[in-house]
Amino acid sequence: MIISKVIAFFDKWGDVIWEATLETFQMGSISLIISVIIGLPLGILLVLTRPGKSLENKYIHFLLNILINIIRSIPFIILLFLLLPFTKFIVGTSIGVKGVIVPLVVYTAPYIARLMESALLEVNRGILEAYEAMGIKTKDIIWHVMVREARPSIILALTIAIIGLIGATAMAGLVGAGGLGDVAYRFGHLRYELDVMYVSIVLLVVLIQVIQSIGNHLAALLKKD
Amino acid sequence: MIQLKKISKTFHTKTKKVHALKNVSLEVKKGEIFGVIGYSGAGKSTLIRCVNLLEKPTNGEVYVNGSKLNTMSAEQLRETRKKIGMIFQGFHLLKTATVFDNIAIPLKLTGVPKREIPNRVQKYLAVVGLEDKQDVYPDQLSGGQKQRVAIARALSHEPEVLLSDEATSALDPETTESILDLLAKINREFGITILLITHEMHVIQKICDRVAVMENGEIIEQGNVIDLYSEPKQATTKKFINSLFPSDLPDETLKELQKRGPIITLTFVGSSAGKPALSMASKKFDVHANILSGNIIQLKDKPFGRLIAHLEGEPEETNKVRQFLANEGVQVEEVSFDDN
Ligand SMILES: Nc1ncnc2c1ncn2[C@@H]1O[C@H](COP(=O)(O)OP(=O)(O)OP(=O)(O)O)[C@@H](O)[C@H]1O
Ligand SMILES: [Mg+2]
Repeated sequence: MIISKVIAFFDKWGDVIWEATLETFQMGSISLIISVIIGLPLGILLVLTRPGKSLENKYIHFLLNILINIIRSIPFIILLFLLLPFTKFIVGTSIGVKGVIVPLVVYTAPYIARLMESALLEVNRGILEAYEAMGIKTKDIIWHVMVREARPSIILALTIAIIGLIGATAMAGLVGAGGLGDVAYRFGHLRYELDVMYVSIVLLVVLIQVIQSIGNHLAALLKKD
Repeated sequence: MIQLKKISKTFHTKTKKVHALKNVSLEVKKGEIFGVIGYSGAGKSTLIRCVNLLEKPTNGEVYVNGSKLNTMSAEQLRETRKKIGMIFQGFHLLKTATVFDNIAIPLKLTGVPKREIPNRVQKYLAVVGLEDKQDVYPDQLSGGQKQRVAIARALSHEPEVLLSDEATSALDPETTESILDLLAKINREFGITILLITHEMHVIQKICDRVAVMENGEIIEQGNVIDLYSEPKQATTKKFINSLFPSDLPDETLKELQKRGPIITLTFVGSSAGKPALSMASKKFDVHANILSGNIIQLKDKPFGRLIAHLEGEPEETNKVRQFLANEGVQVEEVSFDDN
């Protein structure tokens, strides 16, 4: 009885939901990768330009801070519209998956930079000095000591960022990029297909649980104390 | 091997200037173990960090093995630092790397050929006695073992000089002893010159050849350990040395005793520390010698002792005792309370 209902449900909605899941993955992973590529170096720069650090620079540090704070204080849905012309300029379109990547990156990269900053600041200053005293280059110290030692915190920070990112993709439907959040909203809310809404929500919940567990697990693996 | 010439270091904090080092000069000879002792805030860490330029002196020159570090390019300084090992109170190991990697990663980053690295790691882990801990992470080690890994890491670069910033201050007394023994062995067997700083006298007496006493950013006294122990000149030095010979006799008692004969401090150095000079004297002369407190400590290669004794008898006789002791090679000094 129930089984036949489930089969009927997936017959009808399977494709839509599958498609939406793929879109969420696609939007999430592409923007994540680009955001890390931008956010990690920014986080490192934030740390290194602090007073007393090797690239100490009041102005760069101040500017970066302000910029990150400004972007971080704008809700994604507003950022999405605010950036329309910019998005169009960068990728040639402001709709679809392609059109939503730019705002997602602008939204996530500063967040990642901030998270990276706090993860990197946890690294004991003494160990950086120990490596400096051994005659090791600053760029090697950054990569092989600072980033390496911060890996468990970096993974946890990324987990948080991914979850925030998935939350933001729910609004991507507004520019026609689809995704699970969009399905839940369009079918569940606008067309009153409650089953579709529930299934999409369950999928989102499962997705986030899985990501959090993977993050925790990886961080624990890398952490050796 | 290490020469500091007129080093000054001033820190500018938001509220004030701190003169951490004031015109400090120091020379550490090749092959010796040189200790710097001082109370907290004296400027010891700042001084040792000037040697490898972790701290840039405000004024003055730093020479290591003949080359001047102040004017070096970043590249030259890195090359020079490879030959200056350093260990710290906090060990500073990578938490996320095994003992093996903690030594191997810096070797790789300083350009040691890849196939040579495992041999080096094993060689120096054996020197510090941790061959069996290669695959363990630092947090599974005791404090003493972590410091051994840090020492192996420093040695693996085959340095000429080792700087030690309070390397034993976080360790219990027994572990401290074993780390000091290890440092002495490194100095003996590899001929590595060691400059160490500490606030503990027994670190100085156990392994140092020469010592400098720091106070308020200045070196107030320096010399061979044995000379400094037997004839300290500055008040702070005396305080450090007195701390080794605790005497908790109340002044009242001492003053009472003094009415019946002098109270003297006997300092024994080297062979005289082994002789029963005082008991010989009291047999020979009409004097009762009463030991109030005393201790013999082992310096790096000589015993050193100090007794406080009361000599009861006629002044004529007690003077003879003092003469006798002096002839036996014992330093005798009368304790006076006027300055208390
Ligand atoms: N980076 C810094 N900025 C400002 N002041 C500093 C700095 N480093 C050291 N000082 C000051 O310089 C003085 C000497 O410090 P230093 O760390 O050399 O003392 P120390 O003898 O090593 O003491 P301890 O035994 O506590 O380690 C202190 O007054 C300290 O507060
Ligand atoms: Mg110190």
